[in-house]
Amino acid sequence: MGRKPQFIEKDEVVIRFSGDSGDGMQLTGTLFSDTAALYGNDLATFPDYPAEIRAPQGTVGGVSGFTVHLGHSEVNTPGDYADVLVAMNPAAIKANAQWLKEGSTIIYDSDSFTESNIRKAGYITDPIKEENLQDYNVIAAPITSMVKEALKNFGLDPKSVLRTKNMFALGMVYWMFDRKLSYTEDYCDRKFKNRPEIAEANKIALRAGYYYAETIEALTPVRINPAPIEKGKYRNINGNTATAWGFIAAAEKAGLKLFVGSYPITPATGILEELAARKDLGVISFQGEDEIAGICSAIGASFAGCLAVTSTSGPGLALKTEGIGLAVMAELPLVIVDVQRGGPSTGLPTKTEQADLMQALFGRNGECPVVVLAASTPTDCFHYAYQAAKIAIEHMTSVLLLSDSYLANGSEPWHIPKMSELPDIKPPYARKENEPYIPYKRDEKRLNRYWAIPGTPGMEHRIGGLEKTIKGTVSYVPENHEYMIKMRDEKVKRVTEKIPPLNVYGDETGDLLLVGWGSTYGHMLTSVKELREEGYNVSLACFNYIYPLPSNVRDVFSKFKKIAVCEINLGQFANYLRMNFQQFHFYQINKVQGLPFTVKEIKENSIKLLEIK
Amino acid sequence: MEDKSDLKYSPKDFKSDQEVRWCPGCGNHAILASIQKALSELGVPKEKYVFVSGIGCSSRLPYYMNTYGFHGIHGRAAAIATGVKTVNPDLSVWVITGDGDSLAIGGNHFIHAIRRNIDINIILFNNEIYGLTKGQYSPTSNKGLVTKTSPFGTVEEPFSVGELVIGAKGKFFARTVDNNINLTTEILVEAARHKGTSVVEVLQNCVIFNDGIHDVVAGKDVRDDRTIILRHGEPMLFGKDRKSGLILEGLKLKVVRIGEKGIKEKDILVHNAHEPNPGIHYFLANMRYPEYPVALGVIRSVEGETYEAAVAEQIKRVKEKSEIKCVDDLLESGTVFVVE
Repeated sequence: MGRKPQFIEKDEVVIRFSGDSGDGMQLTGTLFSDTAALYGNDLATFPDYPAEIRAPQGTVGGVSGFTVHLGHSEVNTPGDYADVLVAMNPAAIKANAQWLKEGSTIIYDSDSFTESNIRKAGYITDPIKEENLQDYNVIAAPITSMVKEALKNFGLDPKSVLRTKNMFALGMVYWMFDRKLSYTEDYCDRKFKNRPEIAEANKIALRAGYYYAETIEALTPVRINPAPIEKGKYRNINGNTATAWGFIAAAEKAGLKLFVGSYPITPATGILEELAARKDLGVISFQGEDEIAGICSAIGASFAGCLAVTSTSGPGLALKTEGIGLAVMAELPLVIVDVQRGGPSTGLPTKTEQADLMQALFGRNGECPVVVLAASTPTDCFHYAYQAAKIAIEHMTSVLLLSDSYLANGSEPWHIPKMSELPDIKPPYARKENEPYIPYKRDEKRLNRYWAIPGTPGMEHRIGGLEKTIKGTVSYVPENHEYMIKMRDEKVKRVTEKIPPLNVYGDETGDLLLVGWGSTYGHMLTSVKELREEGYNVSLACFNYIYPLPSNVRDVFSKFKKIAVCEINLGQFANYLRMNFQQFHFYQINKVQGLPFTVKEIKENSIKLLEIK
Repeated sequence: MEDKSDLKYSPKDFKSDQEVRWCPGCGNHAILASIQKALSELGVPKEKYVFVSGIGCSSRLPYYMNTYGFHGIHGRAAAIATGVKTVNPDLSVWVITGDGDSLAIGGNHFIHAIRRNIDINIILFNNEIYGLTKGQYSPTSNKGLVTKTSPFGTVEEPFSVGELVIGAKGKFFARTVDNNINLTTEILVEAARHKGTSVVEVLQNCVIFNDGIHDVVAGKDVRDDRTIILRHGEPMLFGKDRKSGLILEGLKLKVVRIGEKGIKEKDILVHNAHEPNPGIHYFLANMRYPEYPVALGVIRSVEGETYEAAVAEQIKRVKEKSEIKCVDDLLESGTVFVVE
C-alpha cells in the first residue's frame, strides 16, 4: 500500500473517536480496537455516549465518544488523556478539548465546521483558536466532500454516502498507526452481505481515508509493537458479554439448564441480549413484563431446577428487592446482576457509578443476607459471573454480582479459558436416602439446604416467603424465627471459607494502602505502579468479594500507616469497612461524575494523603 | 405432561399433613376439595403438580396440597409459575390467587401470562374483598361498597375478570361458584386439559368480611334462575324449568322464554366455546344480574400455540443450525487471535 516514511515507535497511545451520536463512532472505535487486538497490542476501551439515541445534531449533549488505549506493554485503563482526537464536528472539539494531551493530534472534518455547527457547539468563529489548540498537530480534513467525491459515480443516495464518513476517518487512523485494512474490509462484507454496494462504498471510503492520510504528509506514522503477552488464544470481549458467557459456562459445568429472566434496562441489557442469542447452547431467556417478573420467573425456574439469573441496573434492582427477599427465604440458588449506572432514580443511565453498594448489601426488609461480588475488569466479569453461579448453586443462596457501565461497555483482549480448566460445580441435590425429604435440613458444613426438583417422586414439599420450621411448616414460634434467621446468616458467612484471600499489589507493608472494589481496579493499578516508580511506598488492595469479606482483611490493613478507599460514590465501601474494622482510620478518595477516576486524580490525592502528618 | 389414565388417586392423596386454617364457613374449603377431586381424576403423576400462589387467604392453599408448592409474594404467582413451566413443560402448573392478588398488585403479571398463553391454570378466588388484611375493598368490589378503606362507599368501577382475560387475548375462561363442587371439579379438569393459560374465576364467599356477596346470584334458592351453566355444543338454557334462554338480538344478547312471543328451542343460541372470535364470549362473560343470568361453566376455550412450546421449538431449531455445540465452541467463535 505505497511507500512508508519513517516510523516513530511508541509504547502506548490513546485515541478518541468523537462525533454526533449518529456518526457511527462506537462502531469505528470497535473496529479499530479489534484490529489492534488482532495485531497483538494490549488495549482497553471506553465507550461514552448519551442516553438519547439521536440527541440534537451538532450539540455537545449529543456527542458520542469511543476511547481506545493500546500499548506495547500492559494496559489497565482506557487512558485519561488522548494522543489523537478524531472529531467529526465542532461539538466533538468542545466535549474533548479538556481531555487532550498537550501537543496531541486532532483530525477533524473541516466540512462540518459550518457557521451553524460552530454556534451550536458554543463557539463564535474558530473552535481551534477558541480552545487555544493552534499549536497542536491539527489536521483539517474535508472528510464530507472527499467521501462525496470518492463515491460520486457510485449511484448511492446522498444519505448513504455521508454514512461512510466514519470509515474515511478510520482509514486515516489506520494509516497513522500502520494497521492493515483487511479486518475492517471483511467486516463490511459480512455486515452488508445482502447490500454489496454499501459494503463496497464503505471499503472505498476506508481506502480513500488511508491514502489521504498518506498523501497529505502531515501525519507522522506511529508504530506500537505487539505486547509481550502470554501465549494462547485471545479475543476482544466487553463486560456484558463476558458476564453472560460466565453464566453459560457455569450452567454447562453444573449440568443445569440456564434460565435468564430480565427486563431491558441500560446498561445491563447487553447481558439479556447475549443470553437471548445463545439458544444454540440451550439458554432459556425470558423478557418479562417488568423487573419483578424478571426476578420472579427466575425464582420459579430455580425452584424447577435451573441455574437462574436475573440482570438489571440500579432502578431495576430496587424493583427486585422483594423478590430477592423471597429467594433468600426459599434458599434457592439465584444470581442477580446489577450493572450500576449513575443514580439515584433514573440518574445518568449511560454513565458509570459505584453507588448501589449499600443497596446491594442491605437494601431489603428483614435480616436478608446475600453474597455480594464485584467484577474488576471487562474480562474478569466472566470469572465473577462463574463464581457467582458456583456459590449460588453450591451454597443454595442468592448472589448479587456488581458490575457497572464502565465494565459493561468497555472491552479488552481476553485469554480464552478452556472449560476443562474451570472448577467443578456440584449442585446439592436432595438424595433418596434422605427420605422423607425435609426442605430445610442442612448440610453440616456449609449449612445449605438440599435441592429437590419438582417432578421427582416422593419429594413433594412446599416452600415460600413465610417463616418456616425445618420441616417446611409455617411457624410463628419466636425461637424458631430467630433460629432460622441465624442459620441463613451463618450459611452466607461460611462462604468466606471458599473465597480467596485479599491480594496486595506492591509491598505488604508501607505508608499507604489504596483500597478499592470492583471497576476502579485498572486506574488504581496504573496509579500505584506509577507512584511506586516515582518512589512512593504505596500498595493496592482491590476487593472482589464484598460480602462475606475475605478472612485476611484485618491482617492486610494492619500493616500500613494509612489506608485510603477509592470509589465512584461518596464513600459507601469506606463506611462498610468502618463498620467492620473500627480500629482503622479510612481516608477517602471519591468522585461521582458518571465517569471513572483518572490516574492523575488518584495519584494527586494519594500524594496529598501521604503528606498528612 | 404425560397422561397416565391407569394412575389411581383419590382426593385424599392430595391432602397434606397441614392443618387447614381458613375461617369456618369460608368458601375456600369447598374450592380446595374441588381441586383435590379434579387432580384425582386427571391421571397426572402426583410429583408433576406444582401449586404456586401469591399472598392472600387463597394463596395459603399450596400448604394444604400434598404436591410441590411455592408460596410466593403478593401478586407475583403468575410470574413465578411462568419460570417453572417454561423450564419444565412436563409439569402441571397451577396458580392459586385472588382478586386483590391478581387484579391489583399482580395485574401486570396476570395479563401478560395470559397474553403469552403459557400453559398454566390460574384459579382466581373472587370474593370482592381483601380478607387477609381484614376487609378493604378490592378491584372487583362493586362501586359504592362500604369497607374499612371506603367508609363512604367506593367511587371506583370494578374489573370484570372475564372481560380482562378476553382483553388480554385470553384463550380459556371459565366461571364457577365455590359451593358447587361438581361444577367446579368439571371445570378444573377441563382447564387442566386445555393447552394454554386457563383462567377459572371462582365466585367465593368471604364469610367474615363480605358474607353473602354472591348470594344474590349464587344462593341455593335463586341460582337456577340467576345463573346459566354453559357447556360447549349445548343450547344456552337456564331456569328451574329450563325454559329461559339466550338469543342474539342485533349486537346484544337477550333473555327470552321458550313458548313466549313465538320463541322455540331452536331459536336459542348454542354455546361454541371454541369460536376464536371472542365477541360472543365477551358478551357472555359480562352478563350481570338482574338484566341477565351470570354465566358459569367454560365460556371460552380456544386452541393456540403455548409459550413454553414455542420457546422449546425455537431452541431446538437454533441448536440444529448452529455450529456452536458447547461453551468451548462459543469461546472460540468469531474473531480469535493466537499469540505464539
